Amino acid sequence: MDLKLKIWRQKDTRSRGKFVDYKLQDISPDSSFLEMLDVLNEQLVARNEEPVVFDHDCREGICGACGLYINGRPHGPDSLITVCQLHMRKFKHGDTIVIEPWRARAFPVIKDLMVDRSAFDKLIQEGGYVSINTGSGPDANSIPIRKKYADLAMDAAACIGCGACVAACKNASAMLFVGAKVSHLTLLPQGKIEAMERVSGMVAKMDELGFGNCTNTGACEAECPKGITLSNIARLNREYYRAAL
Amino acid sequence: MVQIQSKIPVGPLAEKWSTFKSNQNLVNPANKRKLDVIVVGTGLAGGAAAASLAEMGFKVKSFCYQDSPRRAHSIAAQGGINAAKNYQNDGDSVYRLFFDTIKGGDYRSREANVYRLAEVSNQIIDQCVAQGVPFAREYGGALDNRSFGGALVSRTFYARGQTGQQLLLGAYQALSRQIKLGNVEMVPRMEMFNLVMVDGKARGIIGRDVITGKLERFSAHAVVLATGGYANVFFLSTMAMGANVSAAWQCHKKGALFGNPCFVQIHPTCIPVHGEAQSKLTLMSESLRNDGRIWVPKKKEDADKLQRGEINGTEIPEEDRDYYLERRYPAFGNLVPRDVASRAAKERCDAGFGVNATGLAVFLDFKDAIQRLGKDVIEAKYGNLFQMYEKITDDNPYEVPMMIYPAIHYAMGGIWVDYELQTTISGLFATGESNFSDHGANRLGASALMQGLADGYFVLPYTIQNYLAGEINTPRFNTDTKAFEEAEKEVADQLEKLMAVKGNQSVDTLHKRLGKIMWDYVGMARNKDGLELAIEEIRNLREEFWNSVRIPGELNDLNPELQKAARLADFLELGELMARDALIREESCGGHFREEYQTEEGEALRNDKDFTFVAAWEFKGPGKDHVLHKEPLIFENIEVKQRNYK
Repeated sequence: MDLKLKIWRQKDTRSRGKFVDYKLQDISPDSSFLEMLDVLNEQLVARNEEPVVFDHDCREGICGACGLYINGRPHGPDSLITVCQLHMRKFKHGDTIVIEPWRARAFPVIKDLMVDRSAFDKLIQEGGYVSINTGSGPDANSIPIRKKYADLAMDAAACIGCGACVAACKNASAMLFVGAKVSHLTLLPQGKIEAMERVSGMVAKMDELGFGNCTNTGACEAECPKGITLSNIARLNREYYRAAL
Repeated sequence: MVQIQSKIPVGPLAEKWSTFKSNQNLVNPANKRKLDVIVVGTGLAGGAAAASLAEMGFKVKSFCYQDSPRRAHSIAAQGGINAAKNYQNDGDSVYRLFFDTIKGGDYRSREANVYRLAEVSNQIIDQCVAQGVPFAREYGGALDNRSFGGALVSRTFYARGQTGQQLLLGAYQALSRQIKLGNVEMVPRMEMFNLVMVDGKARGIIGRDVITGKLERFSAHAVVLATGGYANVFFLSTMAMGANVSAAWQCHKKGALFGNPCFVQIHPTCIPVHGEAQSKLTLMSESLRNDGRIWVPKKKEDADKLQRGEINGTEIPEEDRDYYLERRYPAFGNLVPRDVASRAAKERCDAGFGVNATGLAVFLDFKDAIQRLGKDVIEAKYGNLFQMYEKITDDNPYEVPMMIYPAIHYAMGGIWVDYELQTTISGLFATGESNFSDHGANRLGASALMQGLADGYFVLPYTIQNYLAGEINTPRFNTDTKAFEEAEKEVADQLEKLMAVKGNQSVDTLHKRLGKIMWDYVGMARNKDGLELAIEEIRNLREEFWNSVRIPGELNDLNPELQKAARLADFLELGELMARDALIREESCGGHFREEYQTEEGEALRNDKDFTFVAAWEFKGPGKDHVLHKEPLIFENIEVKQRNYK
């Protein structure tokens, strides 16, 4: 298939960016979206131009490195996948595809389509863990956990930290990301001990880093590649009130 | 001349590790905070080691090339992690896990290391559960297990199809806690380019800031490599795009021997290649072989029709299907080890029974499991894997059988280490996939996570103290010294040389050609002529690379093409060593299959008399041949036999 691409090019954080048009021919519908960008980059290298920069690594939807805003949607038109799992068969011959970086105050653009998501690491550092040192845990089966809660914790822990929720949100809120980590740990007995400190610390940090408030529109849930649900935000709010009381 | 000493403690096998720990040197708390340790890589081994060392009181500097330590490729491991808990009451034990791992590795690993691995496996599960890793549970609240290849017991703990992710997040969270506490200085987007040595000891690294391109110096009392495997030498593999051998290779060139480089694992269940633009291969977890049955048509004409796309798998009646693993290996069936399953798939496809357009695929069929257990049960077990498969191939595996083919997946070989995980460079340690130690010639499923975490949480943080205890009088030192200056200049010269080539071929074009040479001659089946040809072709390609690679952009800037080129330069050297290692090993064992050495039934034929050793290669300088050192493997507790999964 033949395609027209409008790609955001930006030299560095301080420079102004702009859309640049490219044309591609004979792209296989079985290629992944990033393989399509590889083809473009090979052509740019052949013309001695700088390739388009984007983050990517595992290319199997789990490392969370890739994240592109494609035709106005984080990770593109398919649901429950990351960009690296998006395949070109979701597009048609002759389509124009608009590709932008995540846009959020807390995620400044580094170059082209690559953004700085270190704010997510800073959020986890504010309590997104269980304070237990290596070697000090009891026998694993001495902590029985009801299957229902183990499954709910796993649902929340599936977050890959890609930032699509922030990119999708009009307020660039990190409530889904924080809600997922708070839920994962609060649903388990191991994580309950520090539940109050965790939720207070992470919420305060979220504000400090420039993430906005929840809009209640559910855009984050709609675009999350791992299906993290809004109920995690509800649980975050409950835990927050409980800690504040 | 480098001497290799495995430093295996004396005494009975089951007591070696506790004997070592009881007698090793330790560092007292006041001294720990005066000692710096560099850990390169933040996967299971590196993340766990950095967190554990910091908890103990050492000052840690942790590095990764990704934007966050949470993205290391351990995250992509799907199926599970082995441990000898025997929670299923099916007869498991530390000895049995040890035995299965040695046998699975085709008797080419160290008894003492593997026993220690099995021993600490149980502590790993305790640790991970305490961290809040959401392992799968039974209705009674206890942990659930599943089966993996090469074992007759259920000992694999799992978190859906995302076990690696959950274990890595556990280590990442422990690391995050130490970053917050100020015990770890975390430096993401920093790629290690050189090792700095002072008076024969590893004392620091030179890193390149991925964003600015600036070279930076970091000093420490010891350096730990946790830089993963080198399977990307094949271009197409299940590795992350950025996975590379460069940090390990630079250490190798500084004096760390490289162990068993030809031992790489081919994973039998990957999604087949679709075409020229393919950038990587996606694994379908081995756990699928618990319920999926592998087959090809019995009749050649059915295979031909499948290859022409005239029929699909569901149209072939039961009696015309050849469940070749169940036929050849009735005891283990679809759960034979990875090397055996991969070769069996290749054998059928080479014989013309492949089931897709390229003829390079076999079926993995869930029809019987869905009939027996119901779609809901299969969905609960493998839902995310089925979804992943459908997104990539556009086929629904609940209705039509999956198509799979072997792909390069893991490197058993790596930097040679002794029992204490120290390399042949004093003060340089190697952990996880970056070392050669525990898997012999073939790794069993769910053992990579076990080894990474064993090294990171429970082995290295102890053994490194045996070294660091001798460093307590070495004060922190700055990096304005000749050694750092020279190491930095080596890197700057190499990068400038790359930029100066200004040729006409892209890095990927050259890398794909290297990958093809490796796959054709140093892949699933190898022979003398092919390996000799490979060595010649790799040398020619290396020369071509240095004359024709084109790298646009600037040296001192974010430049992914330069990053890739620097990695490829090292792969082009490693590839030759892999071929040489495969050439001198005149036997078949595990993932290393020499066509000249097979039984009448086509099984791997070892030569224990001549090849029961670790091949440890020493770098002698650019343009010079490597020198081979042999570490004999001594089996005192296990009878060495031909592997039999029938």
